[in-house]
Amino acid sequence: MTDIHTPGSKRTLGTDVIIIGGGIVGASAALALRQKGVAVVLLERDFCGSRSSGINYGGVRRQGRLEAQLPLSQRAHHIWARLPELIGIDGEYVRSGHLKLGVNERDMASLENYAQMAARYELPLEILDQQSLRRRFPWISPTALGGSYCAEDGHANPRLVSPAFAHAARRRGAQIFDQTPVSSIEHDGQRFIVECPQLQVRAPLLINCAGAWGHRIAEWFDEQVPLQVSCPNMTVTEPLPLFMDASIGIEGGSIYARQVSRGNCVIGGGQGYTTSDTTARPGREAILELMKIASALFPALANAHLIRFWSGIEGNIPDRNPVVGPSHTTPGLFHGFGFCGAGFQIGPAVGEVLAELIDDGHTPTPIDAFAINRFSTASSTLMSTCIVSGDE
Amino acid sequence: MSHAASLTTLPPVIVGAGPAGIRAAETLVRAGLRPVLIDEAAKGGGQIYRQQPDGFQRPAKALYGFEASRAEAIHASWRALLDQVDYRPHTLVWNSEGDELDLLQVRDQHYDGQPWQQLILATGATDRILPFSGWTLPGVYTLGAAQIALKYQATAIGSRVVFAGTGPLLYLIAYQYAKAGVEVAAVLDSAPFSAKWQASASMLRNPPVFAKGLWYLGWLKARGIRIEYDAHLLAASGEQRLDGVRWRQQGQEHQLDCEGLGFGYALRSETQLADILDCRFAFDELNRAWLPVRDAMGRSSRDGVYLAGDGAGIMGADAAEWAGELAALAVLQDRGMSVDRARIHQLQQQLQRTRQFREALEGAFPFPEQWAHEVADDVVLCRCENVTVGEVRALIGELSLQDMNRLKAHSRVGMGRCQGRMCGLAATELLAIGSGQSVADAGRLRAQAPVKPLPYAITPTVQQWSPSLSVAEEAEHD
Ligand SMILES: Cc1cc2nc3c(=O)[nH]c(=O)nc-3n(C[C@H](O)[C@H](O)[C@H](O)COP(=O)(O)OP(=O)(O)OC[C@H]3O[C@@H](n4cnc5c(N)ncnc54)[C@H](O)[C@@H]3O)c2cc1C
Ligand SMILES: Cc1cc2nc3c(=O)[nH]c(=O)nc-3n(C[C@H](O)[C@H](O)[C@H](O)COP(=O)(O)OP(=O)(O)OC[C@H]3O[C@@H](n4cnc5c(N)ncnc54)[C@H](O)[C@@H]3O)c2cc1C
Repeated sequence: MTDIHTPGSKRTLGTDVIIIGGGIVGASAALALRQKGVAVVLLERDFCGSRSSGINYGGVRRQGRLEAQLPLSQRAHHIWARLPELIGIDGEYVRSGHLKLGVNERDMASLENYAQMAARYELPLEILDQQSLRRRFPWISPTALGGSYCAEDGHANPRLVSPAFAHAARRRGAQIFDQTPVSSIEHDGQRFIVECPQLQVRAPLLINCAGAWGHRIAEWFDEQVPLQVSCPNMTVTEPLPLFMDASIGIEGGSIYARQVSRGNCVIGGGQGYTTSDTTARPGREAILELMKIASALFPALANAHLIRFWSGIEGNIPDRNPVVGPSHTTPGLFHGFGFCGAGFQIGPAVGEVLAELIDDGHTPTPIDAFAINRFSTASSTLMSTCIVSGDE
Repeated sequence: MSHAASLTTLPPVIVGAGPAGIRAAETLVRAGLRPVLIDEAAKGGGQIYRQQPDGFQRPAKALYGFEASRAEAIHASWRALLDQVDYRPHTLVWNSEGDELDLLQVRDQHYDGQPWQQLILATGATDRILPFSGWTLPGVYTLGAAQIALKYQATAIGSRVVFAGTGPLLYLIAYQYAKAGVEVAAVLDSAPFSAKWQASASMLRNPPVFAKGLWYLGWLKARGIRIEYDAHLLAASGEQRLDGVRWRQQGQEHQLDCEGLGFGYALRSETQLADILDCRFAFDELNRAWLPVRDAMGRSSRDGVYLAGDGAGIMGADAAEWAGELAALAVLQDRGMSVDRARIHQLQQQLQRTRQFREALEGAFPFPEQWAHEVADDVVLCRCENVTVGEVRALIGELSLQDMNRLKAHSRVGMGRCQGRMCGLAATELLAIGSGQSVADAGRLRAQAPVKPLPYAITPTVQQWSPSLSVAEEAEHD
């Protein structure tokens, strides 16, 4: 790594790989590259792990993912098992089990279909009928008809986990700059020249991990991605006696809920709204709706209070898969962004995959479905509908 | 700060029925409007002129002392307003989205929405707190809470009590307790005695207020009540509840037995709503806090939002009345109605003078800056989340934290029921020192809804699940 100071001009750095974005994806890519001995500079506009990666719901589940993501998700599952060794903290990660509820026959059929598909990826799911659901999870109201249970899925604390990936990378020698927005990038034929207000960084390789803003950077290289932002609503209750011994989802998409060991129930659902390019607020209608559904499903919430709401900015892509892999216009450029509301769990695996693509030139994990050129060949109807229903 | 006059058809909405909110409402009513007046409390009056519950019959003089006539005047205005305003007692404003406030009717726990075009925030203040060992023991109260117990429900926080901290309320409340027949074992002022004298010259500019302060002090002294200066709380002791207090004074430790302890270091503004409404904030040296900015009329940076009273900087009850009236005059101006310019000028001058007096007061009761240096590691900083001073100091160092919101994310400080309203300022002091920045640069906790905890009971109970209830969702974000 070279650090050239020219008097009167801004600081200039040279490195092997530049990563834009210090969310869980960028930070785990930095960590994985350092483990391979590659020099890395990571540039983060805000603070590492303070955007989606730090404020999400904290669901660490494989169940319910699109088929194309299951190999990546399984890979991540093994990384999560080694969290303390990897990032130095347990991040409150627990394998509480993830229970996806069905509220009608159609949902139950779709859960069963999903379980059959998942079995091919060695993801064992247990279908529970109404009786066994009542017996095993008596705290769920009888409105649920049944469910699909994944014993080894769980949840973690994103506020702690995501910044810890950046700290771990830093400890291993990555140069990480918070509050350093990338404002433009040039390529001089050999190297990318990345400009930030206080810094210029040069490297032959560049990874775009800019989350919900990743398509902007892709656009600088003439790659179009039909990304639209979404702002999931999140709420948290005051600490309550422990009752929720599994993380809950609902088939078809509705609310989702988990209880942390301190007793707070974190419950998400519905959409907020953006207040600027980088900030979002929860929406009142959806919050009230969420409360209605949650209290119908979980009678234990009847006398509880919500103490905080929040939202964040996530990048959605019409086919609900992210963009992961090499650029199709610019050699040396790689992308990893647009995780459609589910990048926390797979983030650490995406980091490893990106490091393999850079260092080995290939990865054993199938990522074809995430190629950035899929949009140029996709039909226009797909492009025009960003909101798709939650059936898997 | 241009506030468009056009298309204003809705009645103005006032949040807070303290001195600021009541004078604002009165001014609007006088101009022929029928404002909406919302307050969480059961009756008008705010903090200082809090009314006793129905059935309690103590005379105003006993409740409000020197302030009895002002209190009676405010209460009379409030009563006169009752059928001229759209009055909503027992109603908490917990959020705002677009041009509509979200309300909780506290008693029956119903939801209500309140559209607005012109909104006066007169949300007042709470005690400013600096934690010390044992401050979460039963028997320890803030000064304000100790006063509320006495003023509202005629109960004392103990039969033998100590008051500690600093600020004008310290002596006032000690006086009120002693007068009510409670044994006041000591008043522990963290400010040195010299501060009072140095400040007194400038306080003489406001003789009545200064005299009042001296009078409380004299009254307490004449009754042989122990007053200690430069006295810094070390610990509240006790197993299940408070049984004594320890403090340090010029290198020496002292101890006293007591049943009740009231403490506080002046007041802090309730600014959450202004923040949720996206008003611009600036650091205010005098209040040592980030506050929503207001112009000389009380207009905030956001069109249609006006700020009055202690909610935008601590100036006291009289200033709150004037600021309330001014904000209402600004509302009228911005509706294109004619206002009395001489009156505006007079109010602005009175506020200007109060500001000077307020600066002198800060000299007499300086913020104890050494707190953040000296407070012990094992003191609980955030009582909702049980986070200690030591944990926070360690994280600031370990993670090189610079910003309050990052400190919150990593430490949980300010994540509990109070959302940092109680511990936030103390945490900022620790962060400033730990990161080598000014308190201003350490930043402020972003306010997040709900302003206070929101009961699940606000939603109608749904007996039967129906799929139509599903929140429309594009993908499952878990
Ligand atoms: C409310 C919410 C709940 C969610 N719940 C879950 C869940 O339960 N489980 C799950 O698996 N996923 C969940 N997700 C999705 C998950 O959080 C994201 O998919 C994941 O964090 C994406 O990681 P990232 O690193 O790509 O993005 P981010 O964390 O957003 O990181 C991208 C970073 O790039 C930076 N950046 C952008 N532009 C620039 C620039 N020009 N220069 C420098 N830096 C730049 C940003 O500041 C940001 O820090 C949720 C998302 C949200 C918003
Ligand atoms: C506990 C306490 C005791 C005090 N005692 C004295 C004293 O004895 N003597 C003295 O000179 N000064 C005292 N002060 C200071 C004095 O109260 C203030 O200077 C004065 O009351 C300021 O008037 P105000 O109208 O700005 O606010 P306040 O009188 O505080 O009134 C604000 C009102 O807004 C309401 N409110 C706030 N937020 C919301 C919301 N989100 N939704 C609905 N309603 C809301 C509150 O219920 C309150 O009634 C005290 C302050 C406190 C905090």
